[in-house]
Amino acid sequence: MTAAPATTAPSRPAATDRPHRTDGVTGRRRRRALTGWLFAAPFTVLFAVFMAVPVVASLAMSFTDLRSTDLRNPWSVDVVGLDNYVRLFSDALFRRAAVNTLVFVVVGVPLTIVAGLAAATALNSALVRFRAAFRVGFYLPVVTSIVAIAVVWRFLLDPEAGLVNNLLRVVGIDGPNWLGDSSLALPSITVMAAWRNFGFLMVIFLAGLQAVPADLYEAARIDGAGRWAQFRHVTLPMLRPTLLFGAVVTGIGYLQLFEEPFVMTRGGPLSSTLSVSYHIYNQFGFGNYGYAAAASYVLFVGIVALSALQFRLLRSSE
Amino acid sequence: MSTMDTPVRGRDRAARIALYAVLVAGLLVVVGPFVWMLLSSVKPEAEIRQVPPTWLPETVTLEHYRELFSRLNFPRYFGNSLVVAVLTTAGNLVFCSALGYALAKLRFPGRRVLFAFVLGTLMVPGMVTFVPQFVLVSNMGLVNSYAGLVLPFLAGPFGVFLMRQYLLSIPDDIIEAARIDGAGEWRVFWSVVLPLCRPALATLGILTFLASWNNFLWPLVVATTEDRYTLPVALALYSVGQNRIDFGLMLAGAVVVVLPVVVVFLVLQRHFLRGIATTGLK
Repeated sequence: MTAAPATTAPSRPAATDRPHRTDGVTGRRRRRALTGWLFAAPFTVLFAVFMAVPVVASLAMSFTDLRSTDLRNPWSVDVVGLDNYVRLFSDALFRRAAVNTLVFVVVGVPLTIVAGLAAATALNSALVRFRAAFRVGFYLPVVTSIVAIAVVWRFLLDPEAGLVNNLLRVVGIDGPNWLGDSSLALPSITVMAAWRNFGFLMVIFLAGLQAVPADLYEAARIDGAGRWAQFRHVTLPMLRPTLLFGAVVTGIGYLQLFEEPFVMTRGGPLSSTLSVSYHIYNQFGFGNYGYAAAASYVLFVGIVALSALQFRLLRSSE
Repeated sequence: MSTMDTPVRGRDRAARIALYAVLVAGLLVVVGPFVWMLLSSVKPEAEIRQVPPTWLPETVTLEHYRELFSRLNFPRYFGNSLVVAVLTTAGNLVFCSALGYALAKLRFPGRRVLFAFVLGTLMVPGMVTFVPQFVLVSNMGLVNSYAGLVLPFLAGPFGVFLMRQYLLSIPDDIIEAARIDGAGEWRVFWSVVLPLCRPALATLGILTFLASWNNFLWPLVVATTEDRYTLPVALALYSVGQNRIDFGLMLAGAVVVVLPVVVVFLVLQRHFLRGIATTGLK
């Protein structure tokens, strides 16, 4: 499409010299365009109907008072302007959910990155064998259903029968009611999320580590840098783009926290694990579609803003 | 042992031992819960709740599995999950490779805009679209149907991205040669392009199947009666529906959800890890 003019220029006068060839060229071009669109059409139609339209409709819906009862009677829907957004930000429950979600992201993302980086660095060391086995093991939770994992962890964290408190009992500590205590429930879910997701970052970081040129370490060693200094001054700077990518992807995922509180705490105790996504789901369940759409757009804006912020942070500290 | 032949410096040995200690501890923490889940699912309920706990089951019982598959209709949920995942995967393989091929190898007006558009929605989360998607599906009369469960996921932007990137690495000459031999466009695609894409299709197929198998929010919203539940929906709703949950039953349910995926992962891990390394996406 952006072919250099020098290469296309000679063919054009030739085509205008002989009109019958112009027909052939445009005919072929038209046929090629048709072929292209025939291959593109099935995806494009499905995509437009089920993805593009809903993205736009979601925004439009957020300015209306659409409720589940209006689905059969679309004429009763009114445009209410920014009412949903005003209500949203004066809703104590939504503000609580937003704070919970932010705390989860702000604590969870660094925790996951540190764990992922530690695993990747350890596995990248020349001293380690059985690398593939460790890699597969650490990656295992990433491929499994969050719902199933949440069920298992709800059991692990059970105050009486749970494995965690039983292990604590062995060393003489009386473990707390992890998911039943409003100050411990969100931290428990945060640790569980890091446990589940660090394997994904490990794989990404391993690829990044293997791309660091070995002579950089060699030079650092000659300058007398120890292991930690090498990590601090060679590995970390070289890994910055990969770290940025990992932080953005993990942050986007964590902003949508839903399954864990749904299965483990039902958002409680005392709304301490209510997330924005869970709030949206609840409002949807109550039939407040317009309101839920507004909340989901706020979440979307949050996702875009977080990505932009992380890009800036990691870039500027260069 | 190589350590016997070449003397290893004491510091290296200490570092190696420390590294292994950390890695093995990490592995225990990561894999331990899965082993615990599997072992507990064959213990009687009383033994699961026993303090202090037993590690290996004293009594091995399949009662929880029997209950899942007779009283709780888990075969149905398993079947639903399978049908939805297979249809979603098949759809993505066909539609994404067709569009990926068109974007990489065919010149037609609007393809750049189309690609930018598809790429732009790669970041849009399901949470943003599910309300209008539900309104749409409900207006189509497809709530609580397999079509309703599958349609919104048949054409995913990730697959297009993956297939286009892979196809760009295939030389045009091969395709051009087939055209000169007189093969029609469809034939070129079907018997030349697709076989060349086998590795990318394998990666896309595995990742799509997995995403569909583990998908939760959409089936939770669309499957309104029990006979359309997928496995994660059934597991979640049963586990939150009771005040005092039956641990054995729920752990057996978790095993049924997790085990097929773990087996597939262990067999095909090469594809999983390559898919991530090449695209940087789940």
